[in-house]
Amino acid sequence: MANSTSKPVIIVDRLTARFGDNTIFDRVSFQVNQGEILVILGGSGCGKSTMLKHMIGLYKPAGGKVWFNEVDINTDDDRVLQRVRMNLGVLFQSGALFGSMTLAENVSLPIYEYTDLDSATIDLIVRMKLGLVSLQGYENHLPSELSGGMQKRAGLARAMALDPMVLFFDEPSAGLDPITSVELDNLIKSINAGMGTTMVIVTHELASIFNIAHRVIMLDKSAKGIIAEGDPQELKDHSTDPRVVNFFNRRPATGPAPQGR
Amino acid sequence: MAGRGHTIEVRGEQGQHVTFAISGPIALDNLHAFNLETQALLQKLLPAALTVDLAGVDYLDSAGALGLIELESQARNRAITCELVNLSDKARGILSLIDPQSLTLPPLLTDRQTGNLLERLGDETLRIINDFKEVLIFLGELLGALTYALLHPWKVRWQDVLFYMKRAGVDGLPIIGLISLLLGLILAFMSSLQLKQFGANIYVASLLAIAIVKELGPIMTAILVAGRSGSSFAAEIGTMMVNEEVDALTTMGFTPVRFLAVPKVLAAMIVVPLLTIYADLFGILGGVIVGVMGLDLTVYTYLKETQRSLTLVDIITSLIKSGVFAVLIAGIGCQRGFEVRGGAEAVGSATTSAVVAAIFLIILTDSAFALAFHYLNI
Repeated sequence: MANSTSKPVIIVDRLTARFGDNTIFDRVSFQVNQGEILVILGGSGCGKSTMLKHMIGLYKPAGGKVWFNEVDINTDDDRVLQRVRMNLGVLFQSGALFGSMTLAENVSLPIYEYTDLDSATIDLIVRMKLGLVSLQGYENHLPSELSGGMQKRAGLARAMALDPMVLFFDEPSAGLDPITSVELDNLIKSINAGMGTTMVIVTHELASIFNIAHRVIMLDKSAKGIIAEGDPQELKDHSTDPRVVNFFNRRPATGPAPQGR
Repeated sequence: MAGRGHTIEVRGEQGQHVTFAISGPIALDNLHAFNLETQALLQKLLPAALTVDLAGVDYLDSAGALGLIELESQARNRAITCELVNLSDKARGILSLIDPQSLTLPPLLTDRQTGNLLERLGDETLRIINDFKEVLIFLGELLGALTYALLHPWKVRWQDVLFYMKRAGVDGLPIIGLISLLLGLILAFMSSLQLKQFGANIYVASLLAIAIVKELGPIMTAILVAGRSGSSFAAEIGTMMVNEEVDALTTMGFTPVRFLAVPKVLAAMIVVPLLTIYADLFGILGGVIVGVMGLDLTVYTYLKETQRSLTLVDIITSLIKSGVFAVLIAGIGCQRGFEVRGGAEAVGSATTSAVVAAIFLIILTDSAFALAFHYLNI
């Protein structure tokens, strides 16, 4: 287990996200500590995925900053930015593997780009990464020849290609059966424990959350920000906020739903 | 961890027990150097036993761990007993994740076979035959759907037809006008250079009128529409295939061809003949400009001569021709879209193939029309 006093890898400082006139969240601050598994959760439309995309620098914030290892993720300095990007790996919701490339080519792409290793060594690294996600032997398969769970794992192998400091997961268990989903959770845990990689996971799968999270942050649509933070079990049992309790206990909100449509 | 290297301190004599005391990081950045250095050291020292002391290693990633495993296996290959000592908990964790077996396992699929020349030739032939079959099947489906639309006009999505008429027609006006005007200018200019020598200036008008109205107008318009709209139809339907939108339509009880292809084909059938007339006018305008500026003809004589050399039949056959082109362009565009399987790359190749096939078919049908008209004395 990560201890919460270790130094932060990512600091989100008064981040505001806005699409047109629609403010998704307003002045949200939190931090991600070294080696922990942080889960960002919340109901649909609360801005979880938007938060993730801000944290990896795909979206420009309407206000506030995201600091990655003391570097502003939206810096204009291309060399710094490249350094930052090498240190973060992202597993997208659908895997986002390149359909025209084999798994080996998908995984080796960033390694060829960023290192001067010879192809035999890269080949070995690729085999190791595929082995890490239990896809040994699948080097020459195309993504379309794999099942959904395997595609996710292959996406994870690619995200880990450069041994990033932080791995981001967008809905890792979306579209997976319960067993495959648990397997992926266990894989995430074992990589976190073995390599000490910091992980930021966006999900609303309760089972997953209780299984893997060291700490959770709960976003809410109407509050436009964080409404709870801490250990998931603790929140479930002791939170006084009805929105949090309802979420963890799978109860639809009763009474007038705020901003409900 | 960036930019820093490792150092290896060697303790022990050549051929005896040797210790590598490694300090600094072993990571992806310096893996290459690390591998080279350890190999060279092993080669040089040929130790009887090797101890790798990792006490000084402050950063190890999975690539670095792989380097250590490689070092071990190389030592083993040289019959050197090798031992890793003073591993940190973190290093132990990473090493435990790596399954050495996975490194040597042969791939489940060997490299994709491309086959020899004969095999590829056969494959390609089969592909072309298959492709032709698919096109015919689709053509049948399309004609069925068009007949259905004719009998049940209220079931056609006219909103979509209007939308595609705007996209394929109105939005194409500037480029088609410009190209036709330039084509008319060039053609008139080049032929005037020759005809001037015989004092046959006035025949530039009839030459241009016949060339533009009978052949170049319909063909140029069709090629431009194929490039602008045939490709966009293929890309649109192809992306819908990738996103399973077409499957969704099918499960909702729609016939994809009727829902997606018919409005596009109808729009093209209405719009392409109109664009052809428009292109003809601009082509002739190009001729007028050359005639008036270069050949001392008046606008009236030029147009009079143009009118004299064209019959109504010429114009009608040219419009029928462009109507057929329209069906081909829109049809092949939709068909290539429906063929898309897989992802982004397939959409790209469908788009290319839609344009190439459309242009090929346009030229082919145009030749067929030329022969037919000749023997029918039209």
